[in-house]
Amino acid sequence: MRCDQCGERPAAIHLTQIVDNTVSQQHLCEVCAAEKGVQTEASVAKFPLSDFLASMGKTVGPAAPAAKEGGRCASCGATLEDFRETGRLGCPDCYRTFEAHLRTLLRRVHGASRHVGEPYVVATAGGTPEADADDSDVDGLREQLRRAVDAENFELAARLRDQIRGME
Amino acid sequence: MTLDLDLLPDGGVPWLDASGPDAAIVLSTRIRLARNLQGHVFTPRAGDGQRDEILTMVVAASRATPRLEQAVVINVDQLARLERQLLHERHLISKELAGLEGPTGVRHGAALLTTGDVGVMINEEDHVRLQVLMSGFAPSRAYAELERVDRELGGYVPFAFHPEFGYLTSCPTNAGTGLRASVLIHLPGLVLTKEIAKVLQGLTQVGLTFRGLYGEGSEVVGNFFQLSNQTTLGKSEEELLDHLGKIVRQVITYELQAREVLQRNAPTVIADKVWRAYGLLRYARSLSFDETMNLLSGVRLGVGLNLIGDLSVYTLNKLLVFSQPAHVARRAERALTDPDLPAIRADFVRALLDDDAQRRPRNGPAAEA
Ligand SMILES: [Zn+2]
Ligand SMILES: [Zn+2]
Repeated sequence: MRCDQCGERPAAIHLTQIVDNTVSQQHLCEVCAAEKGVQTEASVAKFPLSDFLASMGKTVGPAAPAAKEGGRCASCGATLEDFRETGRLGCPDCYRTFEAHLRTLLRRVHGASRHVGEPYVVATAGGTPEADADDSDVDGLREQLRRAVDAENFELAARLRDQIRGME
Repeated sequence: MTLDLDLLPDGGVPWLDASGPDAAIVLSTRIRLARNLQGHVFTPRAGDGQRDEILTMVVAASRATPRLEQAVVINVDQLARLERQLLHERHLISKELAGLEGPTGVRHGAALLTTGDVGVMINEEDHVRLQVLMSGFAPSRAYAELERVDRELGGYVPFAFHPEFGYLTSCPTNAGTGLRASVLIHLPGLVLTKEIAKVLQGLTQVGLTFRGLYGEGSEVVGNFFQLSNQTTLGKSEEELLDHLGKIVRQVITYELQAREVLQRNAPTVIADKVWRAYGLLRYARSLSFDETMNLLSGVRLGVGLNLIGDLSVYTLNKLLVFSQPAHVARRAERALTDPDLPAIRADFVRALLDDDAQRRPRNGPAAEA
């Protein structure tokens, strides 16, 4: 869906307005929302939207460390500028490249950045995840575990730890 | 390639039968999970070749999974606009996959796998969007079904998953669980008592969002609303579904209370409104889509209040789906812009209601099937 205001960028913020008992919805992109001074509930808590957008435009900032590779995702070549323009990331690796920025964004949009739902164990070619565990799977899980601990996602870490124990 | 609707199990609209819980108020429950393949550029940035590759991988994986083995594959990118719109009107594919808006039209590689209940949109904004559609208010049952498909498919193709952020999606607003659960709910009581604004405002305060009949960006017509969860990250699938479930229950209660108030305070006004709607649908010679939806809303309310005796919810659902623009145009083999469509629609509505009336008093879903 396009932004109601500029008609160019995708709408990311959906406002409900009620005037004289008539309900209408307004859909704005982040840029236009910022210009109108709109903040979502989650953003009010920590990061004013304008600061956030400003930090996205620059590659350096105290709260947002520079993205690697000169702000370009090594896998797909996408930049934060691309993301700002389209509202879409280039590839899954963009989440690693722009991790700090995205963590901030996710907190603002969802009120949280940590997944607490079902964990996923990477599929192995042609089989169910549990079916044929070999060393590389365990290595993969260890890597996931390490990152889960880094991210202080202890719930997931505990599940991964159990999984690794079960496989060894 | 033309679309053979007979290939679609149940025509792709199994929820029409109104067999689910609270089906008179909640038409359908839909859940979708957004997934992407690890190591592949997201669809919007991908080239034709890369999308072909995604399509090949997902279809190959589906052939190896018990629940999708028999799914029908529809190459949406090879369909005419009218047929794509028809699939969208049946809620089988999103507007985005149907390529109904924007200058670019349908995306190369856009496809749908469907078993009737469960569908897999391929090369939507995300590589894979699994969805399930069920009659009535049935979030747990719907999710249980979808979760199995998700696990089976995820066992054959590697989904992109981040230990902190969860499932990775092309738009960060879907990351985490990738889960969007929505119900299509009919709220004429709340609209007529002017309580609707308060209720909708309340919804947005508890993390729910509402849309019109066709999802994102669509107008509210015929007092049909789609209610769904706003966020996808930071809560488990179960919590998201529980929360939506509780709120929808509450909304159903409010709606029933509003109908009681109407019955008590303005019985004549309501009866008149309901029967006028029925009369117009039954005898009008030209009906626009919006007018049809609004009249159907009145009649549906009448059935809910037991003012109109034996008209089945099944017939109402059928009218709702088959009087949509692409459905009317395709059945009559006309273009979407044909000026005769309102007349053709009115003929169709009249015929179906005549048919239903002749079956009384012994009609019902079973008698009509
Ligand atoms: Zn804008
Ligand atoms: Zn990337």
